[in-house]
Amino acid sequence: MNLTSEHRTRRRIVNWIMEGLATLAALAAVALLVIVVGSIAKRGIGAIDFDFFMETPSFLAGFGNEPSGIANAIVGTFVIVGFAVLMALPVGVLAAIYLNEFAPRRIQTPMTVAFDVLNGIPAIVIGIFVFVFLVAGHGQAGIKGAFALAILMLPLVARSTQEVLALVPDAMREASLALGAPRWRTTLSVVLPMAVGGIITGATLATARVAGETAPLLFTTSLASNSVSWDPTNALASIPMFIFTSSEQADPALQEQAWGAALVLITFVLAASMVARAFGLRSRRRLSGGR
Amino acid sequence: MASATGSLSDPAALRRRGRFNPGDAVLYGLTLIAALSALVLLTLIARELISDAWPAMEEFGLGFLTSRTWNPTGNVFGAAPFLFGTALTSFGALLLAAPISIAIALFLTELAPRWLRGPVGALVEMLASVPSVVLGLWGILVMGPWIVDHVGPFLHRTLGWTPFFETAPAAGSSFLSAIAILTIMMVPIISSICRELFLNVPRELKEGALALGATRWELVKGVIFPYARAGMAAAMILGLGRAVGEAIAVTQVIGNNEAITWNLFDPGDTLASRIASSYQGATTHLMVSSLVYLAVILLAFSLVVNLLARVIVTRVAARQEGHT
Repeated sequence: MNLTSEHRTRRRIVNWIMEGLATLAALAAVALLVIVVGSIAKRGIGAIDFDFFMETPSFLAGFGNEPSGIANAIVGTFVIVGFAVLMALPVGVLAAIYLNEFAPRRIQTPMTVAFDVLNGIPAIVIGIFVFVFLVAGHGQAGIKGAFALAILMLPLVARSTQEVLALVPDAMREASLALGAPRWRTTLSVVLPMAVGGIITGATLATARVAGETAPLLFTTSLASNSVSWDPTNALASIPMFIFTSSEQADPALQEQAWGAALVLITFVLAASMVARAFGLRSRRRLSGGR
Repeated sequence: MASATGSLSDPAALRRRGRFNPGDAVLYGLTLIAALSALVLLTLIARELISDAWPAMEEFGLGFLTSRTWNPTGNVFGAAPFLFGTALTSFGALLLAAPISIAIALFLTELAPRWLRGPVGALVEMLASVPSVVLGLWGILVMGPWIVDHVGPFLHRTLGWTPFFETAPAAGSSFLSAIAILTIMMVPIISSICRELFLNVPRELKEGALALGATRWELVKGVIFPYARAGMAAAMILGLGRAVGEAIAVTQVIGNNEAITWNLFDPGDTLASRIASSYQGATTHLMVSSLVYLAVILLAFSLVVNLLARVIVTRVAARQEGHT
């Protein structure tokens, strides 16, 4: 009797310890996020003023009142990411249509695997690939950085679109076909409109994800001039590259600028992914509710 | 799904009657080309990288993998320090990230009150969307000094007898910082996969264990872990793949040095971080080719990791389908 109750107490204590550890781990992860975001906000907010968005970096920022900002990096990121979306979005959505609407099962699986494998390739390898493929011997350009980001984006867009298309009820396709609409009309005016919310969600998440990528830009569009440029055939500055290069400087004024840029980037990325997630949840619920 | 049209009565007759529609052909062709883009890109990436790494492959052969010298002025290159650094940091991070991630997933599926699960899960996943360059910036300027001032001396005092913490920490840039940053990056990935796995454990199994008087931990150990074991392995493999491929944050905090040492306070380098840190300094043809050789190793590794994880997942799915 004594033995069993001792045994029971031990089991209860072990259970109690394990539950405590699991709770602690979750707390630690949340605390870490708060610490990271908090220290970025604290250190970055001081750098942010009107000039920060309007001026270009001044390497005299530490001395006197030289205005300094990251206007060239903001414009560069906008152009690079914009072109990446223009390349990856149509190809990704079309590919998903093939995979979900047309592909025979035998082909569907290996082709989906190909997108997953592409998704697993490290960003730095994609960067080196675009370097040897397009940059070496021809020079850097914003559009080449955009191409590298588009390669990263493509599998994200294709797979998320594929998942949304799979949620569209077959009854809708059958109804449309039964009314005599050909396959392409059914796909473009019945299936796609039903899925468009989810597709936008996936595309926004993918955009937020690649907007913060540095590795693909290192070899493709890093040696930029210090002025604002909208021309994608030039090497363009970008927010991630600016953070990367200034993070390795000892100059505290430059470090403050890096924190400011990090705050801008993280605000954009987190806001975009939160909005997309909230929106996506709603449109997904509506889709599966329509079943 | 796509088979809805053909199966009504006599497929052959239907196909004969459904005449050729140019719109269908156009959409089919366009989408097929788009779907082939992944395969085209994969072959292109492999071909271009191997052909550009070829000079270094010819010069150094497989000895590249074991040579410790990386000397741009002497034009001699070897990957051994980076292979070592990659293995040390990735496995070190996995060792820390795996238990933490599993614990978080358990908290989110078994312990937390229902209203808390959504928000905490979302916060953990937000950690994954912090760009790596931002995490790296935080790593050098905040975490590095903190490790040198607080964590490092403590580890040296208590664990100084192991080879890992032999010397007192000198600089914030070290293997240890890289391990810490990689752990932060792996946790959201592994925990979100594990969470899905734990949610999929059949309710009857869980209730059966509880009805037999198991404590919650015994339920986890005896039912949930065995059921999700293979999937957990796949999650860890994917997390490892992410850590091995991470270039930017690692190059910011690891100190960029060719060292083979177990001392975690020393600076080092990984395959990916060496490529990233050389982006401006690659001068000779052979050096560029050697960097591409490093990328080929990474590419091969990422292919193996992904296919391995997939094989595990499909095998488990097949087995579990057989059970129910």
